[in-house]
Amino acid sequence: MNGPFAFALGLGDDALIAAQRLAEWTTRAPEMEEDIALANIALDQLGAARLLLSYAGELEAAGRDEDALAYLRDDREFLNALLVELPNGDFAVTMAKLFFLAAYQLPLYTALASCPDERLAAIGAKARKESAYHLDHGALWVRRLGDGTEESHRRMQDAVDHVWPYTHELFAADPAAPVDPAGLRAAFDETVGPVLAEATLTRPERGWAPTGGRKGVHTEHLSYLLAEMQVLHRAHPGAQW
Amino acid sequence: MTDARLAAASVVDPEIRVITIDELGILRAVEEDRASGRVTVTITPTYTGCPAMDVIRADVRRALARAGYPDAEVRTVYSPPWSTDWISDVGRAKLAAAGIAPPSPAPAPGVVALTLAVRCPLCGSPETEQVSRFGSTACKALWRCRSCSEPFDHLKAL
Repeated sequence: MNGPFAFALGLGDDALIAAQRLAEWTTRAPEMEEDIALANIALDQLGAARLLLSYAGELEAAGRDEDALAYLRDDREFLNALLVELPNGDFAVTMAKLFFLAAYQLPLYTALASCPDERLAAIGAKARKESAYHLDHGALWVRRLGDGTEESHRRMQDAVDHVWPYTHELFAADPAAPVDPAGLRAAFDETVGPVLAEATLTRPERGWAPTGGRKGVHTEHLSYLLAEMQVLHRAHPGAQW
Repeated sequence: MTDARLAAASVVDPEIRVITIDELGILRAVEEDRASGRVTVTITPTYTGCPAMDVIRADVRRALARAGYPDAEVRTVYSPPWSTDWISDVGRAKLAAAGIAPPSPAPAPGVVALTLAVRCPLCGSPETEQVSRFGSTACKALWRCRSCSEPFDHLKAL
């Protein structure tokens, strides 16, 4: 699936699923400040998701609003990259996911801010400011854990090795899109490389590169996430509180 | 300022109740159609996920109804994106008086904010440190003063 609808939907789904995963940390983070930080970042992602899904709904012109798109699609209709649906794992895995996602979203939103599509440009200009904070936060923890104790280094390296294969899908070429993700790879590498080096972490070799998310082919983890996220709306359509 | 503008401008931010939405820079326009009496208010969120937007919309409509404008529409725009540079000088003074350190100048687009010294809003000391870049609301960070030991909120530059 290609075209403006699928593009907006894919980015909106990235933000929505990332928000849902981050929200799982609420009341469970290692310290109070981090709990608040992860909830704040989740809220930013949710805000971007609402804008992108609302716009996707308008592009589709089939009467689906943000809620219909978030709550009433099945896993095969979600177009998020696999990276965001991966389970949180330990704190290091969550930070690896956060860091890599922000290192992709920041140049993405920055490029969108000057694309010809006015709506996407407005969303990009807004969201990139928030992404800069996410990137800063993720990078801080990657450095702190990587260049920390023997145990924190080991777990941060394991996390980077675990998440790294899923970063490649973010940059799959889509020349017809308002911003071709393939063109963002250089900015991502320039951000990630120095942080990993400073964190005394080894950047994995390019190897296994799972894909499918943008075509609706997901890991089994997404179904469980959607079940939890959608159950209330599906049981009580239009519920308000 | 028209009465409609005054009414909308007097609405306080529901999460930082010492400052109005006008002083915070999120009130973008108030247009009144003199023929129909219909008022269109344009606001913009500080952060995309700001959960206070629904309350702000309701508060604006209520303030306008009280001022004699029952037919008011509140529009939300995202472009140009809000910047802490839009907070007025009066707004900054009110934040500081309420113990919230006002923001430094906003960073250039795409640039990660360099953390400048933030003065303690309680004792004025520049000897402060960031505890967490995320605070009690989306727009604030949590800081601590090394001189007077008090924690305080800092509205982070955006």
